[in-house]
Amino acid sequence: MNAIVTVVGRDRVGIIAAICSRLADHNVNILDISQTILQGSFTMVMAVDLGAAAAPFGELSASLAELGKEMGLSIRIQREEIFNAMHTV
Amino acid sequence: MLSQKEILSTIEMIDQQHLDIRTVTMGISLLSCCDPDPVRACDKIYGKICRCAEKLVRTGQDIEEEFGIPIVNKRISVTPMALVAGASETEDYVPFALALDRAAKTCGVDFIGGYSALVQKGFTEADRRLIRSIPEALARTELVCASVNVGSTRAGINMDAVALMGRIVKDTAAATADRDGLGCAKLVVFCNAVEDNPFMAGAFHGAGEAEKVINVGVSGPGVVYHALQAVRGKPFDVVAETVKKTAFRVTRMGQLVAQEASRRLDTPFGIVDLSLAPTPAIGDSVARILEEMGLETCGTHGTTAALALLNDAVKKGGVMASSSVGGLSGAFIPVSEDEGMIAAARGGTLCLDKLEAMTCVCSVGLDMIAVPGDTPAETVAAIIADEAAIGMVNNKTTAVRLLVTPGKTVGDTIEMGGLLGSAPVMPVHRESSADFIARGGRIPAPLHSLKN
Repeated sequence: MNAIVTVVGRDRVGIIAAICSRLADHNVNILDISQTILQGSFTMVMAVDLGAAAAPFGELSASLAELGKEMGLSIRIQREEIFNAMHTV
Repeated sequence: MLSQKEILSTIEMIDQQHLDIRTVTMGISLLSCCDPDPVRACDKIYGKICRCAEKLVRTGQDIEEEFGIPIVNKRISVTPMALVAGASETEDYVPFALALDRAAKTCGVDFIGGYSALVQKGFTEADRRLIRSIPEALARTELVCASVNVGSTRAGINMDAVALMGRIVKDTAAATADRDGLGCAKLVVFCNAVEDNPFMAGAFHGAGEAEKVINVGVSGPGVVYHALQAVRGKPFDVVAETVKKTAFRVTRMGQLVAQEASRRLDTPFGIVDLSLAPTPAIGDSVARILEEMGLETCGTHGTTAALALLNDAVKKGGVMASSSVGGLSGAFIPVSEDEGMIAAARGGTLCLDKLEAMTCVCSVGLDMIAVPGDTPAETVAAIIADEAAIGMVNNKTTAVRLLVTPGKTVGDTIEMGGLLGSAPVMPVHRESSADFIARGGRIPAPLHSLKN
């Protein structure tokens, strides 16, 4: 199962490192990363593969949200199907 | 591959434009619960609902979490109770409502609909008993919603039922006077009621439906409003195209959630209801969409045309996004549940007569409108008759949900809180309709009902 991780917030040192290491802790494989600074805020979108993930979806989602709270960022993970449904015919 | 822009636009719709799934509603047939012994019938009803909907709320929460899309309500609709209770040897139908309420609480859902009777052509004894029990049933339950269908394009309008419902609406208000007549918010009078509507208070599981089914109602006025801000001043063709594209996206999301819920609950997928259902939150209003089209205030001249375009474009955009569309599908105009409508009503621009005109082109009818507490039952009945006539002649569903709050008068506001919002009391015509309602009988079906 693929999912999309989105990260929005104020730019600072170590955001990508922290998120990648948290994903690695849960055995989540990163497929693609794109990152920009949009209107002054750090914006990152990652496609990830949860096929071998070590934790259920809810736990992973809570773990990322908690990391976001620590770093002052909004981090969320959602299954990819919702974006495909809304943006592809 | 999805672009970053597409992904972020979805996040923005959910975070800032109030995009959500308004309801996942499980329809359950209770026909197998009929029993001559009313106590046993109620036990069977409670047991079947709890068995079927045991995992409904948990599944809804799982989907919310995994897809990151809020599902505001989880609900249950059941077979019109008059059809089930009719088999039992009892005059008192209130215990059936209590059984529904208990089952809804056990399952943890927000509402349960189907305390209903379909009397468009005539009453059975069970229909009469059920309708007479509505005020007490709604006063003694919290989550039960009731509806009565009094007319249809095929059958005409049952004016005896219209007259009776005028009194029942008033009695329901009186029975819940200690809660500002809240019972009226859970009672709908329909013409051309649909069997697969997932929205409350009018949801029931029609007799032509399967054993159980999952229906989903989408929302999204905020998303449409936001999209229209980008085409300000452009011709109506552009407005219609913009609404269609937005409705397509919103409905695809509804379809995805419906399929997922259906699979996880091992329950057939029924329909997606393509509705723009507002909430009292700022930025989630149908009225503000109409104003964005160029009207200073909702309710002024041009409002009906704007709503007609919106209602049609929502359907056209949504219909290709779902494998099965049904329910009410269109734009809702519940006054108390829409921040822009509340403001327009408070300012006096939006009046009952204009709302009636708007119901000719919207998806339902006169919804969540507060009228003075001393409005006579015959006037309430006459408002129902007018609305049923619009539905009957135009081959559409119409409904009346009036809040006749005891002791309240024009200038007062009824506060219900939550999704139900607040409603400024609107004036009604003071001239009597009593002799009109006293006639009774049936208004015959229109000529265009003879289609065969």
